[in-house]
Amino acid sequence: MSADVQLEDVWIRFGDFVAAKDVNIHIQDGEFFSFLGPSGCGKTTLLRAVSGFLAPSQGKVLIGGKDMAGIGPNKRPTALIFQNLALFPLMTVWENIAFSLEVKGMGKADRRKRADELLDLIALPNQGDKMVNELSGGQKQRVAIARALAAEPDVLLLDEPLSALDLKLRQHMRTELRAIQERVGITFIYITHDQGEALTMSDNVAVMSQGIIEQVAGGNQIYDSPETAFVASFVGENNHFIGKVSECDGETVSVETPSGVLRARSVDRNGQKQLQRGDDALVFIRPESLGFSDQRPFDNVLQGIVERQEFEGNFWQVFLKVDGSDRVVTLSMVNDGRSVGHDVGSRVKVGCNADLAVALPLGPMAAE
Amino acid sequence: MTNYWKDFFRKNGTALGLFLLLSVAVWMLVMIILPQLYMLDFSFRANVPPPQWGTESHVYTLEHYKYLIYGNVNSTDAFNYIDLGVFGRTILASIFVTLIDVCLCYPVAYYLAHVARGGWGRLMVMSLIVPFWVNELLRAFSFKVMFGASGVINNALISLGILDQPYDFIRENVALYSGLSYAYILLMIFPIYNAIESLDKNQIEAARDLGSPWWRIHWRVVIPHAKPGITSGCTMVFMLTAGALAAPQILGGPSSLWFTQLVYKWFNNSANWARGSAYALVLLIACIIFVLLMMRFFKVRLGEIAR
Ligand SMILES: Nc1ncnc2c1ncn2[C@@H]1O[C@H](COP(=O)(O)OP(=O)(O)OP(=O)(O)O)[C@@H](O)[C@H]1O
Ligand SMILES: [Mg+2]
Repeated sequence: MSADVQLEDVWIRFGDFVAAKDVNIHIQDGEFFSFLGPSGCGKTTLLRAVSGFLAPSQGKVLIGGKDMAGIGPNKRPTALIFQNLALFPLMTVWENIAFSLEVKGMGKADRRKRADELLDLIALPNQGDKMVNELSGGQKQRVAIARALAAEPDVLLLDEPLSALDLKLRQHMRTELRAIQERVGITFIYITHDQGEALTMSDNVAVMSQGIIEQVAGGNQIYDSPETAFVASFVGENNHFIGKVSECDGETVSVETPSGVLRARSVDRNGQKQLQRGDDALVFIRPESLGFSDQRPFDNVLQGIVERQEFEGNFWQVFLKVDGSDRVVTLSMVNDGRSVGHDVGSRVKVGCNADLAVALPLGPMAAE
Repeated sequence: MTNYWKDFFRKNGTALGLFLLLSVAVWMLVMIILPQLYMLDFSFRANVPPPQWGTESHVYTLEHYKYLIYGNVNSTDAFNYIDLGVFGRTILASIFVTLIDVCLCYPVAYYLAHVARGGWGRLMVMSLIVPFWVNELLRAFSFKVMFGASGVINNALISLGILDQPYDFIRENVALYSGLSYAYILLMIFPIYNAIESLDKNQIEAARDLGSPWWRIHWRVVIPHAKPGITSGCTMVFMLTAGALAAPQILGGPSSLWFTQLVYKWFNNSANWARGSAYALVLLIACIIFVLLMMRFFKVRLGEIAR
C-alpha cells in the first residue's frame, strides 16, 4: 500500500514565529519527494506535521485523501526516520527492526522471521543479534530504514538521514535508498539541505526558504528554470546581475544592468508572467553557460579581466572581474584537452545566449 | 596499575597527590572502616561495663546473635519470635515503602524530565526541595498532628461525611508509611530524573511513531533506560527506610516496632552495647544482601548505579 500526501493551506506558528507559511503541496502516490532548503527553514517542522507530532496552526494534512486532524503519530500510516536515527540502544538489531510488529502483537518467531527478511533487504544478513552500537554509521542507517519499513507504512518520512555519514557512504546510500524505494513502491518524503541529494534521488523537489515553498518541480526544472531568485541562488552555482527590465518580447526580456543590456528568459510562476517593463530584475547566468566570445558570437556579452583561474581536471574555473559589477563572476569551461588557460590580468569578452540566462523579479537570495 | 599511579602523581603533582591519597585513606579508615570494625568486634563480645573492656571478662561470644534468633535462655519459645518478627516486618515494610516511592516518583521524574517546560519544571523542583529544609523531627511531628484523631485529615473526612468517627491512622500505620515514604522521596526522584533526562526524546517519539501506545513506550524504552537510576533510588530509599529511627519512633503505632528501635533500646535503655551492635550489624548485612540480590535479579551492575 502506498498513499498520496496533501498539504492544504498549512500554517505552523510557534508563538509569533511562523515556521511554515501557507504551504500547498500535493505529493503523489509512490513518489520520491524531497524538501530542500537551508538549515532552519522549517523542513523538520513540516515533516512533523505530516507524521503527527505537531498539529498545524491552520490548514489540513491529508494522507491517502483522509484528513489527519486529531490522529496521533502512532495511528498514522507514516513512519519517520529521525535526523539522529533514534534507534533503541538497549535492544538488539532485530528487536529494533521488529518493534512495530511487537506493538501489533505478532509472536516472537514471526517477528524474528520478518526481521531477518528485512535484514536481507538492507543487505545486513545475520546481524540481527548484534547490539545497535556495534554497527557502523551506514549500517545503523540501514537498520533505521528497516525498522521504519517493518511498520509497513504508506508513506516513509526521512529527515536528513544521510547527514551524519561521510561523503562516500552518502553517495552509496543515495542509490541504495532510491533502489529500496523502487522495490517497496511506497511514497518517500525526503528532507535534506544537500541539493545533490535532492536532485539525484527525487521525482520532485520542493525548495523551501523561511517557511515558504519557493518552487515545486522536477530536479532539472528546478535547476534550469528557477522561479524565484532564492531558488536560482540556492540551487547550484549562479552569477547574478541586478538591473531594470527595458523590453519584453514574449519569453525573452532585456534587462539593463551596469554591465550592459542582458537578454534573458523570463520564467513564469504559477502560470503568471513575472516581469514587466520597468520592473527591477535579476539576471542569473550559470558558470557553465558562460563562454569566451572570441570563439563564437553571443546574445549577451560581458567584458572583464581574468582575476584568477583554477584547473579542476574536467573543468577550468575562471574568475572574472566584470565591468560594471563588483562581484566576481565565475565561468566554468569544459576541459576538452585543447583549451588553455587565459593569462591572469588579461582582458576578455565572455557571454551566453538569451535562452541560457534567466531573468527573475528582484527578491531575497540564499546566503552564500 | 603502576602506570596508573605514575599518571596520577604526574597529573596532580607529588604534594597534592599525596594529600588526596592520604585524605581519602583517612576518611575511609576513620569514618567508615574503623567504626564498623569496632562495632563488629563489639558484637562478638560479652556485655561488660566499660571499665572491664579489654580485660579477661571481655570475652568473645556469639550470645548476642543467638539472642536475636533464639531469645532469652529462660524463654519457652523455640525462637525469638518477637525480635525476628520486628525484623521481618521492618524489611517488608521497607520494601513496601520503596515500592510506593517508585510508583510515586517515576511519573513525577518523567514529567520533570520530558514534559515540563522551563519555569514550570523549575518551580516543581523547588517545591520538592524546599519542604526538606524543615527538619526531620518537625516533619514527623507534623505528620502525627495531621493524622491524629482530631487532625486535619480526620476532620476533613468526617465533615465530608466519608467517616462517621475518627480513623486511627497511627495505630494502622498509615501515618508511619506516609511519613517514611515522604522522608526519602527526593532520593528516589533525583536518580530517576537524571536517568530519564539523559534519554533522547527522539527515542520516545520513534516508539510512538512506530505505533506504540504510551505504556509500551515506558515498558520498552523509558524504564530500561532509567533502570540504573531506578535501582539507585530504590537501594537508597530501602536502606534509609530500614535504618530510619525518628519516623517510626514518632509515627509508629503502639504495637509495631521498627528494628532500629530495638537497636536503640539495647544501646540506650538497656546499656547493652554489644547486643545493640549485633542487632545493627544484622540489619546492615541483611539490607546489603537483599539489595545485591535485587540488583542481580534486575540485571543491574554496581557500576551502573554510580552513574
Ligand atoms: N518547538 C519549537 N518552538 C519554537 N520554535 C521552533 C520549534 N521547533 C522549530 N522551531 C523553529 O522553527 C524553525 C524551523 O525549524 P526546523 O527544525 O523545521 O528547521 P529545519 O529546516 O529542519 O533545519 P535543519 O536543516 O537545521 O534541521 C527554526 O527557526 C526553529 O527555531
Ligand atoms: Mg531538521
